Amino acid sequence: MPIRLQEADFDVGAELSVLRHGDARIGAIASFVGLVRDVSDGAGISEMTLEHYPGMTEKALVAIVAEAKTRWSIFDALVIHRFGRLLPTEQIVMVAVSAVHRGEAFAACEFIMDFLKTRAPFWKREVTPAGARWVDAREADQSAAERWLDE
Amino acid sequence: MLNILYFASLRETLGHSSEHLDLPPDVHDVGGLLNLLIARGGDWAKLSSVKNIRYAVNQEMARLDSPLKAGDEVAFFPPVTGG
Repeated sequence: MPIRLQEADFDVGAELSVLRHGDARIGAIASFVGLVRDVSDGAGISEMTLEHYPGMTEKALVAIVAEAKTRWSIFDALVIHRFGRLLPTEQIVMVAVSAVHRGEAFAACEFIMDFLKTRAPFWKREVTPAGARWVDAREADQSAAERWLDE
Repeated sequence: MLNILYFASLRETLGHSSEHLDLPPDVHDVGGLLNLLIARGGDWAKLSSVKNIRYAVNQEMARLDSPLKAGDEVAFFPPVTGG
């Protein structure tokens, strides 16, 4: 269950290769990559800073992945999340899940992202032409996470 | 002694990222600590109007009635926006 918080960028292809590591039981890997956009809530974004809570953020991600493993039969999950200053087009987060079949890999990957967005302590601060602002939590993200609670 | 941490917009509003505070005898839970901070006045009073403030005790999400004891790490922060 590799969980990594880092300032540096990551190589998706290299990370997926490590997750597979020649394991012939794996029939499917689902992955998600989140990127910095140059527009948010109608304003141009020139840069973003991601803050986290060292210690708690790692614990929260470990707990989310552990929860995914109780819900679906998956082999492993990888979560990499960057912090610090990021520019539009840069990679923010990567989640990848290995499983026997695609269904469980897709579901677990989406679950991990939905819970990461609502439960892992990260905060985005955007720089717009009007100045810097902290991003507000989105109701849609909360709804996306809550739908898993009914299942 | 409590180790109190403030993150993101709360950290900027309060002008502090952390502080050590002797646990007052009349403070037993997160809500009690929050009221004590608000009672400092000035920027601290703004804590009472922050929407959806979140709390953690020893790096686990907590509630207003979560108990506190000496040595705890308590964090206050806004709703999370990562990913």
